[in-house]
Amino acid sequence: MLDVSELQTIEHDVLVIGAGGAGLRAAIACSANGMNTGVVSKSLLGKAHTVMAEGGMAAAMGNVDARDNWKVHFRDTMRGGKFLNVWRMAELHAKQAPDRVRELEEWGAVFDRTKEGLISQRNFGGHRYPRLAHVGDRTGLELIRSLQDHGIHQGIHFHMECTALGLLKDGERIAGAVCYWRETGRFVLFRAPAVILATGGAGKAWRVTSNSWEYTGDGLTMAYHAGAELMDVEFTQFHPTGMVWPPSVRGTLVTEGVRGDGGILKNKDGKRFMFEYIPPKFAAETADTVEEANRWLEGDKKARRPPELLTRDEVARAITAEVKAGRGSPHGGVFLDIASRRPPEFIKKKLPSMYHQFKELAEVDITKEPMEVGPTLHYFMGGIRVDADTQMTRVPGLFACGEAGAGLHGANRLGGNSLSDLIVFGKLAGDGAAEYVRKLSTRPAPVKDQIEQIVRGATAPLNRESGENPYVLQDQLQDMMGRCVGIVRTEAELKEAIDGLDKLNARAKNVKAHGASQYNPGWHAAIDIGNLLLASEIVTRAALMRQESRGAHTRLDYPGERDEWLKYNVVIRKSASGEMEVEKVERPAAPPNLYAMAHATIEDLEAGKVGAEEGK
Amino acid sequence: MSKRTFRIWRGDKDGGKFVDYQEEVSEGMVVLDMIHRIQASQAEDLACRWNCKAGKCGSCSMEINGKPRLACMTRMNVFGPDETITIQPLKTFPIIRDLVTDVSWNYKQNKRIPKFKPKPKNADGTHRMYQEDVDRVQEFRKCIECFLCQDVCHVIRDRDRKNEFVGPRFMIRLASLEMHPLDDDDRIPEIKKEFGSGHCNITRCCTEVCPEHIGITDNGIIPLKERVVDRYYDPIVWVGRLLTGKKVRTKTRAEEAGEKPNDE
Ligand SMILES: Cc1cc2nc3c(=O)[nH]c(=O)nc-3n(C[C@H](O)[C@H](O)[C@H](O)COP(=O)(O)OP(=O)(O)OC[C@H]3O[C@@H](n4cnc5c(N)ncnc54)[C@H](O)[C@@H]3O)c2cc1C
Ligand code: SF4
Ligand code: SF4
Ligand code: FES
Repeated sequence: MLDVSELQTIEHDVLVIGAGGAGLRAAIACSANGMNTGVVSKSLLGKAHTVMAEGGMAAAMGNVDARDNWKVHFRDTMRGGKFLNVWRMAELHAKQAPDRVRELEEWGAVFDRTKEGLISQRNFGGHRYPRLAHVGDRTGLELIRSLQDHGIHQGIHFHMECTALGLLKDGERIAGAVCYWRETGRFVLFRAPAVILATGGAGKAWRVTSNSWEYTGDGLTMAYHAGAELMDVEFTQFHPTGMVWPPSVRGTLVTEGVRGDGGILKNKDGKRFMFEYIPPKFAAETADTVEEANRWLEGDKKARRPPELLTRDEVARAITAEVKAGRGSPHGGVFLDIASRRPPEFIKKKLPSMYHQFKELAEVDITKEPMEVGPTLHYFMGGIRVDADTQMTRVPGLFACGEAGAGLHGANRLGGNSLSDLIVFGKLAGDGAAEYVRKLSTRPAPVKDQIEQIVRGATAPLNRESGENPYVLQDQLQDMMGRCVGIVRTEAELKEAIDGLDKLNARAKNVKAHGASQYNPGWHAAIDIGNLLLASEIVTRAALMRQESRGAHTRLDYPGERDEWLKYNVVIRKSASGEMEVEKVERPAAPPNLYAMAHATIEDLEAGKVGAEEGK
Repeated sequence: MSKRTFRIWRGDKDGGKFVDYQEEVSEGMVVLDMIHRIQASQAEDLACRWNCKAGKCGSCSMEINGKPRLACMTRMNVFGPDETITIQPLKTFPIIRDLVTDVSWNYKQNKRIPKFKPKPKNADGTHRMYQEDVDRVQEFRKCIECFLCQDVCHVIRDRDRKNEFVGPRFMIRLASLEMHPLDDDDRIPEIKKEFGSGHCNITRCCTEVCPEHIGITDNGIIPLKERVVDRYYDPIVWVGRLLTGKKVRTKTRAEEAGEKPNDE
């Protein structure tokens, strides 16, 4: 069959897989370090998930409320993540995000402004102060376009519509990746001593999701096969507000900016229900009357935040509970109302793309009527386990960042902490990879057998006489994950999912793609299904292991957070014999200074009774 | 609801034809949903681009009943009850397969544009800009690069002037740089001589199809044309500059470097 010596071969110092915010920022860092850098992406440049992000990126710049600083951001992130975050990552993120945002401005990004002419910042769930640098509700577009327009002048090689199929190793070290060009269906070998995975999550395993076709867990599964570890994958975030109607847009995101800018949640009886769902841990910092919540909206700095701005896991669970109790909206969600709270001009100015989205897709005018919303699978807190400072996995030369990486968000991500994650850890991954390559004395060489095996696996669906339809398999997988590994979980359901996955796996071995290999979405779907199934199994097994409820992971059979589980991360890897190993791995002890800051009362932190020695 | 007929162009650069598909339409569906249904049930290899399904990424551009549109923002209920829906790829770009065209030319144009060059920061390490000053460029930065405007611009489409005119998308990208309060570069000679601002004759076809409702012509291209006119033809401005001794660039960088004008 394939003659490896005839395969198109491209050589780079660093290959970045993924062209979202994380991949682009990593590539810019690599090339700034003098590396010959290549970027591959499944879609065209500028179309990654990052382009869809709406609300903003979190950075404690203190432009709108001077009381904000990195320590408060760090504390919010740890509390939002239910203290399961990697301490060092939460620290690096909170400290470095403001510089990364200012750097974007140097590269041409045009953020909304405060009256003083500084970058404006908006309120978001779980953030104590207005902290999200934003551009109306199209912040992701601004981020990706700024990186893209800057990056194309940095000598980076972009390879668009080029899908990575598998990683190559020379002994223990990374040696490159095999990809295929969508346009022609041909394979291409990338030789590179360092690879950065910035491929995002695997939300496409669920039916109701805000994620696009690209989110099939490719990075997670490639890393798994290459011997890296996955961590925290049981924490799959259900964003509380996805569209629920019409059916064709079910899951499409409604930005948290709606609530940040004053939107409130109501049940079918018109009752503002979030006041009933304030968890004790956040009670001290959350308004308990409508009157106080309204004062907060009007800018009273003494008032506490409305309960609609609790963390996503809390709000998503509250909505689910209302719907279960029969108090939902006609199409199985609840009402999100900003029309009665803000004048039409304000709404159109602050939330232009939401206005547009509802008008065009649901024929609803959000300046006049409430929206119908419900939880939608949105984000993978977990992913590839990395070293906090360099983003390297345990496989030498393999790095990961952005949504594909794990550690920053713990059990639950605060809104806006992803876009800042991309630029902070994207840069660190790029620096880390460059440093690694600089120190190499010999360059690894890809192994022929591995290349052949990857190509054979990818072409099998085309070569088969007949077999299963990949779209049908994906549909059934989505059904099952929604039912068994949803927003609330039980052991029985999770076991049912494992059984179901076994059956789907058996069928996926026989999946058939019709037609030729040139720009064939059916073939692509046939390749993706393997990754989706593996990613689903990884989530399910991790969820089964974690016998408690924490953050985005809710076990009906193990309600409540359990202190003993705070000591562990669930780590998954492939054993030497090829089995999936799921392990409770003890977390390193928290550095005392950070521990004290995360657990301090906000008053003590701000008065400098705690954390004063850390500087501003 | 009801079964509808979709006439979809199938083929590649060597040729192709329209193929009819019947598919059931349900409430609230958009054209992209129908393409996905057809893929899942009848034509697994039907090539089409998409990502966000919410009008945010600009991937799903195609021509629907002759009009350049985003498939994910075209609701099925805008068509008459018995209307056949004809779907074909963008006409202006070379076909790869089915509904997918080769838009790489656009990426090449973007790369030709001299990049953003910021003014120095203030002493306090900030850049001050006011909302009223950035409103104008924020409008242009809403562009999702769907290239629908590039598709309809007759300079590019009918007269095949791809070498002489960068097209409306990149005219507004140039405008977003030239009108950026922090930008410290000057691209006026390039706009005239390399990017071909003179070719646009303001028919506004581009503005009509822009799904982001950007005032491409009135807010972007016309002001740029005015800047070009001021620079090259306005005698009062010329005299003024002579008196104040201010130097104005009229040559492109390539010309300054002694190269011939770019006409690759
Ligand atoms: C609708 C929506 C709204 C959001 N709003 C916000 C917000 O307001 N604030 C916030 O902080 N976060 C938000 N998020 C989350 C945030 O946008 C994402 O988590 C983030 O953009 C992920 O960035 P990334 O760089 O890790 O990956 P992405 O931007 O998703 O990029 C992944 C890249 O990997 C490529 N890729 C994947 N697999 C392969 C492969 N096998 N081969 C080659 N390339 C591959 C893809 O083509 C793509 O280029 C939102 C997300 C969504 C979906
Ligand atoms: S107005 Fe100018 S840019 Fe727009 S379509 Fe007409 S000629 Fe092209
Ligand atoms: S200007 Fe409008 S039509 Fe042109 S590419 Fe941008 S969004 Fe599309
Ligand atoms: S799929 Fe993104 S614009 Fe249509």
